[in-house]
Amino acid sequence: MAMTPSATERMVAAPPERESLQDWMDRQAGRMFILPAVILILGFSIFPLIASAYLALSRFKLAPGGYTLSYIGFLNFKKMFTGSQQFHLLGTFGTVSLLGWTIMGATIALFVWFFAHYVRHQRVTVVGLIGRTITAVTAIALSVLVATNLTDAGQLGTIGVTLFYVVCGVALQFAIGLGLALLCAKPIRGRSFFRVLFFVPLMVTPVGIAYTFRMLADTAVGPFAPLWHWLGYAQTSWSADAWSARFVVLIGDSWQWIPFIFIVLLAAVESQPRDEVEAAQLDGASGWQIFRDITWPSIAPVAATVVLIRTIEAFKIIDLPNVLTNGGPGIATESLTLHAFIEWRALNLGGSAAVAYVLLFLATITCVSFFNFVVKPMRGART
Amino acid sequence: MSILKRLTEPKSLETMSPLGAVLVYGGLIVWSLVVLFPLYWIVITSLKLPIHVSAGPVYLPFIDFLPSLHAWEYIFVDLGNDTLRPYMNSIVVAFVSTALAMLIGSMAAYALSRLEFAPKFGSILLFILLGALMIVAVAGFGVPWWIAAVVALALFLLLARAAGRTMRASLGNGDILFWIISQRILPPVVAALPIYVMFQTIGLLDTRTALIATYTTVNLPIVVWLMYDFFVTIPKDLEESASLDGASRFAIFFGIVLPLARPGLVATSLLVLILAWNEYLLALFLSSANAQTMPVLVAAQNATRGPQWWYMSVLILLMILPVIFLTLLLQRFIAKGMLLGAVKG
Repeated sequence: MAMTPSATERMVAAPPERESLQDWMDRQAGRMFILPAVILILGFSIFPLIASAYLALSRFKLAPGGYTLSYIGFLNFKKMFTGSQQFHLLGTFGTVSLLGWTIMGATIALFVWFFAHYVRHQRVTVVGLIGRTITAVTAIALSVLVATNLTDAGQLGTIGVTLFYVVCGVALQFAIGLGLALLCAKPIRGRSFFRVLFFVPLMVTPVGIAYTFRMLADTAVGPFAPLWHWLGYAQTSWSADAWSARFVVLIGDSWQWIPFIFIVLLAAVESQPRDEVEAAQLDGASGWQIFRDITWPSIAPVAATVVLIRTIEAFKIIDLPNVLTNGGPGIATESLTLHAFIEWRALNLGGSAAVAYVLLFLATITCVSFFNFVVKPMRGART
Repeated sequence: MSILKRLTEPKSLETMSPLGAVLVYGGLIVWSLVVLFPLYWIVITSLKLPIHVSAGPVYLPFIDFLPSLHAWEYIFVDLGNDTLRPYMNSIVVAFVSTALAMLIGSMAAYALSRLEFAPKFGSILLFILLGALMIVAVAGFGVPWWIAAVVALALFLLLARAAGRTMRASLGNGDILFWIISQRILPPVVAALPIYVMFQTIGLLDTRTALIATYTTVNLPIVVWLMYDFFVTIPKDLEESASLDGASRFAIFFGIVLPLARPGLVATSLLVLILAWNEYLLALFLSSANAQTMPVLVAAQNATRGPQWWYMSVLILLMILPVIFLTLLLQRFIAKGMLLGAVKG
């Protein structure tokens, strides 16, 4: 009660000589609003990032009464790329097969076109050129790596496995998610029921999904056991074969994440220009023509964004391979995050940090490239 | 509102051919089965005796096998406290961290959508340099962490004043927004080790506080990202007139802007809540016994006798049910929230 009259007085009276606390707070409001977020993020990601870099360049050793860290330069990285740990990260190599040549050829052709398009249609800048070179070099290096892994003698390392989850996983999830969104946008009965139902898997904990899919995929006592029996697979286990284990992980991951892509794309499909669709229908356009000329252009920016978000998250996959297969058989389903975690558990902290850094570089280059060269142009094209 | 109305209106022009209807409903029903079957399997497995699981698949309760509540009894009665503690941990950690992330994140998003920021490039470089020096001092020379932090902060405040006058180059709001969002690209495993050491140093390892602080930060970028889009769509007129009436920024934010952004707040917080509720890797690093959360407990069920599916199914159901209940409750807001976000692109 005592505050009220003085506050009114101040508002009516001329500006006071000394700045009041309230005015000062109001002037600083912007900083106060943003500071907690900045401090938290600095504390929990920038400092750990620097500390992690320091750790990646040193050897961790338990010592009486604690531990010692000794600086060893890039030895941890050298070990992973050329030394004793090489097969773990990069996989084993063989002579390139036809599939391998196709992958490499397609990647190189794509980036030749990419540069040609840039030089012909846009203003060439130094930064733009450097950025595109980094993207192209990374992509071609990865395609060479995958091509040499995909041979009879070869085997995917954790980089290859992570790429498999990211590329195949996101592609599969996008395709099914888009299909479901288009189905649910049709004028049908019980639309909101399907919509809520399809959203459910997103809420199940990934660890739970991993165990559930282990149950479902069991060839002896799982629900599909009669089917496996009939097909003659009752005695074999999917978890003993590298590719079938990877696909089970991929299916579990997709079951969880398709709903996310579905719900966002559904919102986008439903906000497409209705009058254009109706006009096209009156003119007798086919479903495919409507999709190609009206629906896709209007949802493309959202589609690019949702693929980006999904790619960012896909790089971090750990729960499913860890619980479903424990990274096995061998290292066939081990993602980079799981690789780093296993190294950490073995108290090889320097090696763990180095693996984490490889993941960081890979994820950053991929996501920033995708944002700059796919998401941005698509957004720009619409407005 | 108009968007929702348009969606619920019957579309008179679009009539499906019989074949088209069969294909559409066929697709929807097939996918419903794909979604429902794993959930159904968890439910009936939680009602099975070990013999029903190990002898081969049985599908229908009361027909194929006699359901039993033994697994539920074991989890709730025999293991009562061992289940309750992680469950309470999960609830506390998920809800508190979501609330904090929403508060801090929407404040930052609002400030970025309404005010101009221009942090000096020099200050940022200085900050990073001092941070690196601090880590070297603590890790390499054994300086206590709090002394290093205070000295570094004091040096920063002093030098930033001096450097700020000489270096003119600065960043803008877009850069800050991108920086915040880019934190989501950072794989948690990169930060997990130093965060582990950090909490160990200040003695907070294996506490709820540590998990809450970590989850708040990890989910901040999502909140800022989504809420920024919502705040941009809110017209400024109301705020300007309130400001003319003498309302402070804080009063405007909490009294006018937040209530207007309610659909966005609900959709975003539900998403963040689910992420915090299901988070596994950081919980694995940062908790052992006291602060253990449900995902870690579920993952740890791979006993030496092989996984005991019936107990695990109960635990998984315990984790799913509250989230599904919440989502059904707030389903209206999600559709609307997702819609707004997506329309913005």
